[in-house]
Amino acid sequence: MTTFLGMPGLPVATERGTLRGPDTFPVAARRALADTQLRKNLGHATSTIRAKRARVVGELDDWEELRAAGAAIKADVMARLPELLVQLEENVTARGGHVHWARDADEANRIVLDLVRAAGTPDDPVTSVVKVKSMATQEIGLNEALAEAGIAAVETDLAELIVQLSDDTPSHILVPAIHRNRAEIRQIFLDHMPDVDPGLTDEPRVLAMAARAYLRRTFLAARVAVSGANFAIAETGTLAVVESEGNGRMCLTLPQTLVTVMGIEKLLPTWRDLEVFLQLLPRSSTGERMNPYTSMWTGAPRTSDGAPDGPQEFHLVLLDNGRTATLADEAGRQALHCIRCSACLNVCPVYERTGGHAYGSVYPGPIGAVLTPQLAGMHGHGADAPAGGDPVDSLPYASSLCGACFDACPVRIDIPSMLVHLRAKHVETAQAQRRVPGLPASAENAAMSAAAWVMQDAGRFSFAERGLQLGRLLARDGRIRSLPPPLSAWTTSRDVPAPPAETFRKWWARTRGDRS
Amino acid sequence: MTTSARDEVLRRIRTALGRTGGAAPQPSPVPRDYRTSLGQEPGAPGLLDLLVDRLVDYKATVHRCAPDAVGATVAAALAARGARRLAAPSGLPAGWLAAADVETVTDGAAQDGGALPVATLDAVDGVVTGCAVAVAQTGTIVLDSSPDCGRRALTLVPDYHLIVVRADQVVGSVPEALPRLDPDRPLTWVSGPSATSDIELDRVEGVHGPRTLVVVLVEG
Repeated sequence: MTTFLGMPGLPVATERGTLRGPDTFPVAARRALADTQLRKNLGHATSTIRAKRARVVGELDDWEELRAAGAAIKADVMARLPELLVQLEENVTARGGHVHWARDADEANRIVLDLVRAAGTPDDPVTSVVKVKSMATQEIGLNEALAEAGIAAVETDLAELIVQLSDDTPSHILVPAIHRNRAEIRQIFLDHMPDVDPGLTDEPRVLAMAARAYLRRTFLAARVAVSGANFAIAETGTLAVVESEGNGRMCLTLPQTLVTVMGIEKLLPTWRDLEVFLQLLPRSSTGERMNPYTSMWTGAPRTSDGAPDGPQEFHLVLLDNGRTATLADEAGRQALHCIRCSACLNVCPVYERTGGHAYGSVYPGPIGAVLTPQLAGMHGHGADAPAGGDPVDSLPYASSLCGACFDACPVRIDIPSMLVHLRAKHVETAQAQRRVPGLPASAENAAMSAAAWVMQDAGRFSFAERGLQLGRLLARDGRIRSLPPPLSAWTTSRDVPAPPAETFRKWWARTRGDRS
Repeated sequence: MTTSARDEVLRRIRTALGRTGGAAPQPSPVPRDYRTSLGQEPGAPGLLDLLVDRLVDYKATVHRCAPDAVGATVAAALAARGARRLAAPSGLPAGWLAAADVETVTDGAAQDGGALPVATLDAVDGVVTGCAVAVAQTGTIVLDSSPDCGRRALTLVPDYHLIVVRADQVVGSVPEALPRLDPDRPLTWVSGPSATSDIELDRVEGVHGPRTLVVVLVEG
């Protein structure tokens, strides 16, 4: 019996996959902060992408109107999700595609594995698939599931390839190898890429060409591809993948079989809605007016002459894996509006310093801090909570609530409010799990009760203020860097400003006292 | 009997939304206060200049020419490239390659053995096609698998892609392009040659798709 803090009756994601990291955020963040090379790489990359995004967003004088439309379309999708999914299914099926439904990661992996096996014959089984970068398949741990069945999944996005070759994990939604610089990437290629030119330099162009040469033969021979999807149009059954390198086109065009794994929230109702999202997404993600390639296909695609054009075996896997549990929380469901642009990561002062690995989830950064706890569920202080605390529980606290993520979000997801909501949900449930009659439920509660008692009476408050003055003895340069327990819980990760020499009440009495 | 995953997921969604039955809600109105047009007719001179500016910014090579000079312009571009053997879709207008000193293999044509194998596409020096629509504001050209665009593999495997764009195919913005496209056709939206920003977020042109994109813009 688990005590996940989800909606009763709606299961969260299965443990298989990559949502719950090994350490809580403070522990993992401290480790990341000690890595000066990582901080340098992240600082360089995030400042570059912020400037690019700002420039192309500034070119559109209707950006705020596009954001408002994007938010409204996504809210409409959530309200009509069952009907729109059925409509999508009908349209994909009518055009020669097949639709599968998966309750969780295990079920989705099993469906994909069966489809990959079915694409081969006993004499000529399929032993590898090409993959275009997909958050959903990372979330469900598809590569690992395929590997257990003896099928190699080859990541073809340059950054994913870097991560895969070095047996690493992604640290950014858009640029999974953002934590690596060119010198490190060169070394990874030299160490792990078969037949690589030993004279390889660390020029990004040279490194990209090495990846091209390495993957080309694989692309041209691939029989099965696995992809994600950026958008699916209910009205037409059309799927869209937005990319840069052409690895997506290779996967979506050359193999005979294509399996697309997509979260149920990625829908758009109408063809026209693309006019909003094809403007919002590229400018927010790579900071381009338009990404180099966008592929759209419907079912088993045919040219206008009726000739086959791309994979004639097309399978769409619709994935729940905690999304319905997220949808059940009215204050949290906005997290499902996310279009995975990663703008919120690039503007986040916390992400910029810790990088993505500290979040322990395939979805890092501000959006990850609200999406992961809802998809995977929080433990609170339940009996089955891991020793040292649940890493997922720590994510809503991985923010200074500065609000930069909300401003950057192309679909206006109010991440700061959701963080506060999830903190409250976490505290409330944790209290309920360990309440002892007659005693304050927690240190927070005890502190808050004491504060309420002090503030109810002017005399008590004045007395407390005098006590606070003692704090000045602990301060250096106007800051208090460490306090004794239990107050050290606050000062391990924050400074406290020294109390002023004169309280506001004293100042008022001294300067305006005659008027009161 | 076990519930199917489909029924279970749909049931969960209805539960999550607090909907226990009854009709689906009506679509909510979407505020579409953004620009749905740049306010210029397709092919307007201002749009052509904007398209060229955006294409060049994303490292495409652009040649502008009059309608009677398409053959000569294409021939000159192919000669400069040193391209000898080209792939073309079955519906490529006859005049476009007439002046070029190249051998042409036509995809899907009976005399060339039907659909060209990938190995053939990998061995040609390039491909010449038309397009369905071009978006000036974003520097985007959309291919739609009509007879002058060809199927998708044709414009993906060769390393050099020359696209002829007619002025009347150039619209201002993305909202103006979508109504001109058929969602039932496979579509490829191309904005410059293939590129990556995966190494330190520096943009590098040319990865798996064609590394060279040449656009011939036919004016008038």
